[in-house]
Amino acid sequence: MTPPPVLDLDGVAYAYPDGHQALYGVNLQIRPGERVALLGPNGAGKTTLVLHLNGILAAGAGRVRISGLDVTKATLMEVRRRVGVVFQDPDDQLFMGTVREDVAFGPMNLGLRGAELEQRVHEALSAVGMADYADRPPHHLSFGQRRRVAVATVLAMRPEILVLDEPSSNLDPASRRELADILRGLDVTVLLVTHDLPYALELCPRSVVLSDGIVVADGATIDVLTDDALMRAHRLELPFGFDPHALRAQVTARHR
Amino acid sequence: MGAGHGHKLHYHGHSWLHRAPAHLKLLALLAFMLLVVATPRLWFPVFGVYLLVLCALVASSGVPPLYLLRRLVVEVPFLVFALVLPFVASGPRTEVLGLSVSAHGLLGAWGLLAKGTLGVLASMLLAATTEPRALLAGLERLHLPTQLVQIMGFMIRYLDVVTEEMRRMQVARESRGFRARNPKHWPVLAKSAGALFIRSYERGERVHLAMLSRGYDGTMPR
Repeated sequence: MTPPPVLDLDGVAYAYPDGHQALYGVNLQIRPGERVALLGPNGAGKTTLVLHLNGILAAGAGRVRISGLDVTKATLMEVRRRVGVVFQDPDDQLFMGTVREDVAFGPMNLGLRGAELEQRVHEALSAVGMADYADRPPHHLSFGQRRRVAVATVLAMRPEILVLDEPSSNLDPASRRELADILRGLDVTVLLVTHDLPYALELCPRSVVLSDGIVVADGATIDVLTDDALMRAHRLELPFGFDPHALRAQVTARHR
Repeated sequence: MGAGHGHKLHYHGHSWLHRAPAHLKLLALLAFMLLVVATPRLWFPVFGVYLLVLCALVASSGVPPLYLLRRLVVEVPFLVFALVLPFVASGPRTEVLGLSVSAHGLLGAWGLLAKGTLGVLASMLLAATTEPRALLAGLERLHLPTQLVQIMGFMIRYLDVVTEEMRRMQVARESRGFRARNPKHWPVLAKSAGALFIRSYERGERVHLAMLSRGYDGTMPR
C-alpha cells in the first residue's frame, strides 16, 4: 500500500469574513518526498491557501488532510508539527533574543527539553549552515542569513512538509543560490510558493498554478512554463532572457 | 542594519562590572537611585561623594567617559526645565550674576540637575555594561512577571526593525521633495506616524501568526 499523501486538499473553499471569496474549491495532493512549486499571480489566493495548511484559517468548505490526519481544532498541534511554514519576512518569524532561542521555540512548544532540544537546534542550524551563529541576535544577521535561520526554526520541528512563502524574495543572487542548495539537500517534502519562475524550475520538478482561487494547471514545471497560452492567461510572465523552451533537455536530465 | 554591530547603548567590554550578574546590578542601581532621591538637596558634599563613586565605577568599567557623556543628551529636556525654574518660581529673590532669581527655584533647579544627572549617568553605566538580553534575564530572576519581561524582549527585538521602517518612510517622503519645515507640514508627519503604527500593528499580527504556526499556545515554553 502506498503511504497517504503528505498533503491532501479536497475542494477547499474559503471566504474572508468581509465576504471576499479567496478560494473556490482547491484540489491538490502532494506525495512524500516531492518538491512542488505553487505558482500564481498576486491575489490568486496563494497565501490564503498556505494559511489553511496548518490550520490558521479553517476551510469554509472542503477538507485538508496532512498525512491522513484531518485538520481540525483537536489536531491543530500535531498538524503544526507536521507542516512547517516559513513566512516571507524573516523579521516576522524571528522574534527572540538569539538565533538559538528562536530555533528552540518550536520544539519547546512540542515539549522538548534538555539535550534532545539542544540536539534539534544544532541539527536544524547545521542544515542551513548557520550553526556558528547560534548565540547572535537575529537582527544583527544579514537578510540572507535571517532567511536561512527562519528555515531552521521550522526544520527544528522535523516537519513532514516544508512550506516556503516566496523564499527567494529580496535575496541577492548568491544568497538565492545558497538557499536553493540548502533546500535541495533537505530530506523533506517541499511546497514552494513563489513568483520566481526560474527558481521554481530549478528546484521543483512539479508545479501547480493557482489562479482566482482554483487550480488551473498541475504538471511538470517545464511543461507548465512552456505552455505559453496558459502562462499568458494567468499573468505568469517569464523574466527577460529566461527561455524554458531552451532548457528542456537540461531540466529533464536533472530531475530524472 | 549591517551584521555584527552591538546595541547602541551597550559598550563591549570584559571588566568586572560587565561580568557582574545583571540582577545584582539592577538592584544596586535601584538602591542607588532611591538613596540619591532621598538625599536632602542641601547636603551638597554628599552629592559630591555620589559623583565620585560613579566616576570610580566608570573608570573601573573601562567605558570611555566621553561615550557616556555623549549619551547624557537624553537629559537635555529636563535640564532646560531646571534652567527655567529659577526664573519662574515664586518666593524670595536672590542675585546670581546680576540676575534676580527665585531662591526656591534655584534650589529646585540644583536638586533636579544633581539627582537627574546622577540617575541618568548610573542608568547609562548599567546599559553600557549589560547586554539587553542579560538585563531581561536579570529582571526575570528578580521575579518580574514574565509577561512584562516578554513585552520588553519584543520591544528590544523590534526596536531596530521599526526604526528602520521609520527611516525608510522618511527617505521615501524626502525623495518626493518633502521636508518638515513648519507646522503646516505636521499633518504629513502625523499621517506617517499613523501609517507606522498600522504597519507595526500588522507586523505584530504576522509575528503572532508565525508563532502560532510553530505551535505557540499562548504561553512561552520554559
